[in-house]
Amino acid sequence: MDNTLLVELSRAQFALTALYHWLFVPLTLGLSFIVAIMETIYVKTNNPEWKKLTKFWMGLFAINFAIGVATGIIMEFEFGTNWSNYSWIVGDIFGAPLAIEGLMAFFMESTFFAVMFFGWNKVSKKAHLLSTWLVAIGSNLSALWILIANGWMQHPVGMEFSVDTARFEMQNFFDVLFNPIGVSKVLHTVSSGYVMGSLFVVGISSWYLLKKRDILFAKRSIIVAASFGLITSIFLITTGDESAHEVAKKQPAKLAAMEGLYDGHKRAGIIAIGQLNTKKEIGDNNEDPFIWKIEVPYALSFLGYRDINAFVPGMNDLVYGNKEHGIEPVNEKIEKGKIAIKALRSYKDSKKQNDLQNAKIALKEFRKYEKYFGYGYISDPKKIIPPIGITFYSFHIMVGLGSWFAGLFLLMLYFSMIGKIENKRLLLRASLFSIPLGYIAGEAGWIVAEVGRQPWAIQDMLPVGMATSQLDTTAVIITMSLFTIIFTALLIAEIKIMITQIKLGQEEA
Amino acid sequence: MNLLYKIVNFYIDGFKNMKVGKKLWLIIGTKLFIFFFILKLFFFPNILQTQFTNDKDRANFVIDNITK
Repeated sequence: MDNTLLVELSRAQFALTALYHWLFVPLTLGLSFIVAIMETIYVKTNNPEWKKLTKFWMGLFAINFAIGVATGIIMEFEFGTNWSNYSWIVGDIFGAPLAIEGLMAFFMESTFFAVMFFGWNKVSKKAHLLSTWLVAIGSNLSALWILIANGWMQHPVGMEFSVDTARFEMQNFFDVLFNPIGVSKVLHTVSSGYVMGSLFVVGISSWYLLKKRDILFAKRSIIVAASFGLITSIFLITTGDESAHEVAKKQPAKLAAMEGLYDGHKRAGIIAIGQLNTKKEIGDNNEDPFIWKIEVPYALSFLGYRDINAFVPGMNDLVYGNKEHGIEPVNEKIEKGKIAIKALRSYKDSKKQNDLQNAKIALKEFRKYEKYFGYGYISDPKKIIPPIGITFYSFHIMVGLGSWFAGLFLLMLYFSMIGKIENKRLLLRASLFSIPLGYIAGEAGWIVAEVGRQPWAIQDMLPVGMATSQLDTTAVIITMSLFTIIFTALLIAEIKIMITQIKLGQEEA
Repeated sequence: MNLLYKIVNFYIDGFKNMKVGKKLWLIIGTKLFIFFFILKLFFFPNILQTQFTNDKDRANFVIDNITK
């Protein structure tokens, strides 16, 4: 069996599922809060127009929620089938967060969601408003637990590897919960959902203004969503900065790939925009890394390490080592990793033969080199660097679009406040076309996070090649094809139902 | 009992008065059926759960895999 093909197919399948799932999630996260804000205005003002407006957007929220719900469960199926080694090894860490997520989602969906949709005129205004806010908070808390689990894979903390159970066993729940990579990931990812929700409301409302219909409704919606979008965009940029700062400390290879940085240096600049030279390779100093670039001097040192004079390691430093800056070459890590793997094998064999003396020695050896464990599987030092092109371009697309969204919300809000928004047709068109851009930015962010941490399933501990199950590649191809068909059908259904509702407008919908 | 009746009625009324909701529930139902009764049953066995009967064997299998 070709193991490389199997690993690549399993990765492609998981990526496909995750990317499709993320088409539904951000709108749920963002739109839930926007709807809650709109309903709060209704309860405060007692103006029935705000009730109609709330119900319209709540209807679109319901469509997205209904079609997106449970698409994430497929990833859990894949853990058990395609990633059985990984699934077993992380079981003790992921069990608690995923169970909390499941319970939270179940109680929220069966209780508050029902009150939110069926409870108009049946429960008091305040009770209904409370349910709407609880749906928003509950959706976001569900996301929190999944993102905490993902953050742990990027920076495993609060655990110890048990040589007897072959599992990472949780030592400290709060270390896992407050893992700095996890916290910055939660804040950055959730706020990207708020921006997506805002883009959606602003974009659809712009379409109404372009069509010269439902004018007051559209203007009110824009004011709420652009305000929320502007605030959350600023928060998104701030959390993005914190996220990159954590990546610089914990995943330097990802940062180097994000910036196309081959040779590390002090006072490193950020590439604002540029084109990578595809002839450039790691370890080759003859080619320039970029065909062209626009660089902001000192910015990478400052944003990465909060010091404009800081040294930022490049991919060559990380692969071949840099004594001056205390960076160990990967080939040395590989050797130590192999010792750890051998010691683990020796421990198991000794235990089996009831040779406790040898088992004790092997365990001591394993613990000594444990932090290099994952490197023992790496066949070539260059393989610790993630794919550079896709990481670099995805990162720059995400940052560029994120900056555009902040500017868009500012302009939309300004022209709405001075009462000239209907005349700004170019801006309204740009706003409408920014809806798909929001999805592209979100997916690009996930590509940076996940492709950027290759080759690791668990950073430094388990490469993806060792995380998979031994399956027939045909089975993976069949399931991947099935997902593509099912998820595409769901996406078409979502778009079709949404467009029908939007065309009906707030009165008829 | 009265409270239970009210809750059941609340849901029945809600479902009865849905417009787009009926279509959405149909999509949710079909989707969950495909996920749990087709994909999970026929395409996504939990390999370690089906191949081994206890955690000790599962642990040994994984250690064998990662120390080959």
